[in-house]
Amino acid sequence: MNIFQEMMVKPWAADQGKVDDLYAGAASTGLAKKLALRVFLAVVAVLFMLLVTAYGGRMVYEDWRPAPQVNLLWANTLMLILSSVALQWAQYSVRRGQMDSMRVGLLAAGAFTVVFLFGQLLAWRQMGAMVYFQVTNPAIAFFYLITGLHALHLLGGLVAWGRTVTRVWGDFEVAKVRQSVELCAVYWHFLLLVWLVLFGLLFTGNNLDLLLKLCGIR
Amino acid sequence: MEYIAHDASTFAPPAEVGEMELYHPKTFIGKYIWSQDAKVIAIQYAITAIGIGLVALVMSWLMRLQLGFPNSFYFIDPSNYLQFVTLHGMIMVIYLLTALFLGGFGNYLIPLMVGARDMVFPYVNMVSYWVYLFAVLLLIASFFVPGGPTGAGWTLYPPQAILQGTPGATWGIILMLVSLAFFIIGFTMGGLNYVVTVLQARTRGMTLMRMPLTIWGIFMATVLALLAFPALFVSAIMMLFDLLLGTSFFMPAIVSMGQQGEHTGGNPLLFQHLFWFFGHPEVYIVALPAFGIVSDLLSVHARKNIFGYRMMVWAIVAIGGLSFVVWAHHMYVSGMNPYFGFFFATTTLIIAIPTALKVYNWVLTLWHGNIHLTVPMLFAIGFIFAFIHGGLTGLFLGNVTVSVPLSDTMFVVAHFHMVMAVAPIMVVFGAIYHWYPKITGRMLDDGMGKFHFWATFLGTYAIYLPMHYLGFLGVPRRYFDVGGTDFIPASAQSLNVGITIAALIVGAVQVVFLYNLVWSYFKGKPSGGNPWNATTLEWQTPDTPPQHGNFGPTLPVVYRWAYDYSVPGAAQDFIPQNVPAQDVARRSNKT
Repeated sequence: MNIFQEMMVKPWAADQGKVDDLYAGAASTGLAKKLALRVFLAVVAVLFMLLVTAYGGRMVYEDWRPAPQVNLLWANTLMLILSSVALQWAQYSVRRGQMDSMRVGLLAAGAFTVVFLFGQLLAWRQMGAMVYFQVTNPAIAFFYLITGLHALHLLGGLVAWGRTVTRVWGDFEVAKVRQSVELCAVYWHFLLLVWLVLFGLLFTGNNLDLLLKLCGIR
Repeated sequence: MEYIAHDASTFAPPAEVGEMELYHPKTFIGKYIWSQDAKVIAIQYAITAIGIGLVALVMSWLMRLQLGFPNSFYFIDPSNYLQFVTLHGMIMVIYLLTALFLGGFGNYLIPLMVGARDMVFPYVNMVSYWVYLFAVLLLIASFFVPGGPTGAGWTLYPPQAILQGTPGATWGIILMLVSLAFFIIGFTMGGLNYVVTVLQARTRGMTLMRMPLTIWGIFMATVLALLAFPALFVSAIMMLFDLLLGTSFFMPAIVSMGQQGEHTGGNPLLFQHLFWFFGHPEVYIVALPAFGIVSDLLSVHARKNIFGYRMMVWAIVAIGGLSFVVWAHHMYVSGMNPYFGFFFATTTLIIAIPTALKVYNWVLTLWHGNIHLTVPMLFAIGFIFAFIHGGLTGLFLGNVTVSVPLSDTMFVVAHFHMVMAVAPIMVVFGAIYHWYPKITGRMLDDGMGKFHFWATFLGTYAIYLPMHYLGFLGVPRRYFDVGGTDFIPASAQSLNVGITIAALIVGAVQVVFLYNLVWSYFKGKPSGGNPWNATTLEWQTPDTPPQHGNFGPTLPVVYRWAYDYSVPGAAQDFIPQNVPAQDVARRSNKT
């Protein structure tokens, strides 16, 4: 029953009382973690949505100067996709009880993520070395701000990833590890999606028309 | 009658409730300092919030002293005055009310009222408090840095917030923005807990629609806060970048004191949009818990079920949703497109519908109720007055044509103090008088409580009612000294003197409240477990104050909604939520 249907009932009515008494109550902590991650992702989604809106809102002014292109970002994007694929592989393996390939998947995901982060750092330096670089250009400032915030979220993910990795050696509770891997996978896929939106909309040239169309303005 | 006696065989047996593993501290520090118990964290939140709130109270005194008796005090200069205005607002709205309603009441009441042993992530909950405390300490630190705290106004509008000439434009604003960022990080940790606990940790039989409205209010406010605070977070970070790294997110090219500034092409309006995208939901982040709590206070102390429970839930949800599409009514004078203003005026007026509905339902709950004029009830009724009053002036200000001439006048100050200062604080007081017996096991002193209520209620009216007239006259807000004008009559000053005296009295009366809190803790009348004969689960705990884990060996099972007061046929005028139908004592037919 979804939450809005649930809100249609009359809790004071006798018949409803019989139904409500059957509600089993407290769910497992596993479900709670899953829900907590989803709520957190909603918060992160709002954060990046606001940044995209702010970026688009600034783009419409005539004095907008697009940031120079950094081609390295394409390679970085590939790394992030690979890390997501690796985590998906780890999740696939743990569900089938193949612990060795799960470990490989996990470690590969971490490695690709670290490479992505180094790549982003490199992109920062490349941008900083360009003749077009000007700290007062909002497009460039937005680039640093948005990629920085995205990287911070990945770093936070790496903390959870690290805690999972330390748990997959020796004796371990499969159900717990499985959940950790699943949660990591969801988080990585989400951050990949966010990155694809940010990269596609903001950092691959002047996509103002597309942005405005998406917002229904043009 | 049929309701009490419905078929007992369908009730679920009580022992199947899922248990959570609790962390059991051994040391004093583990129990009371680095505590993971939501109840202790709640009290830590509350004490910190009230402590910093008292600082903001003193600042309002200092402001009022200047306004009532201009230039009579050597310790108030124009810079100080702006700093008082800024920090008074910021502290009261965010560090006091948000933290107290969600961190304080949320932590204490959510697990108890939904029948959980604790929050679902107790460790994260603990960290949430310490991050909040760190944010408060950063804010306090800004008083002691060169230049003092920021004086940019609580809205911190750039460019002036970070331009030289504004008080605290070097260190004060940095500490303010960093403190806000930490507050938001801390709150997000707590907020995740509140939402997940409400959705996932309710005890057997506690469906969403059996939850007390207090929990609905806190829950929805938390959802709003989780979705609105990111806007404040990014704007704080962007302003920090503008200040420290020389970016131009918000800072336009400016010639200041004959000097061309280093910024080019930033957009100050962008900040206003981001700020108010947070700022307007913030009003409801403070108001919704108050709405919820006051519904329960009215119901308990009028011995009557809340009128229109389901409508009340829907109104809370509707207000929450609408609060995200009204933000630009704070920006009518920012030069925006008139169609834009028309849109936001319309949404603003629409939000009055669910709000008015709630007010009617509160009044209808009192109608023919068995009203006990206890101190919590007095404060609840005081809330209704203040809220109607502030809500109606909100309708004035929601309309562009009325709002524009009243912009930045004392009318606005009077409006928002009525609606989001006096009204919620009435609920805070009512709630403390209501739940103090559960928290400490002792009643607050009734005589002191009644004095506190009447002095606060009448006193706040003495402050804010005349302030509306000052606004009509055109007296601007945020001015250190208006000086001589053609349009403000000299008599306005005598109103100002009266307001200042009332403000000093209302502030001083709060000392009685604080004394009552301390005195009653040691000497108050023992309350027993359920002094108000209330139905909700927090009053049914085996121990008062509740122990770690809340409910003893077995969790309660819920058999009814939260509002079974004065049920026809029942012997008592309340039936607790955890009493099954077959155990309800029935009134004998002879009476």
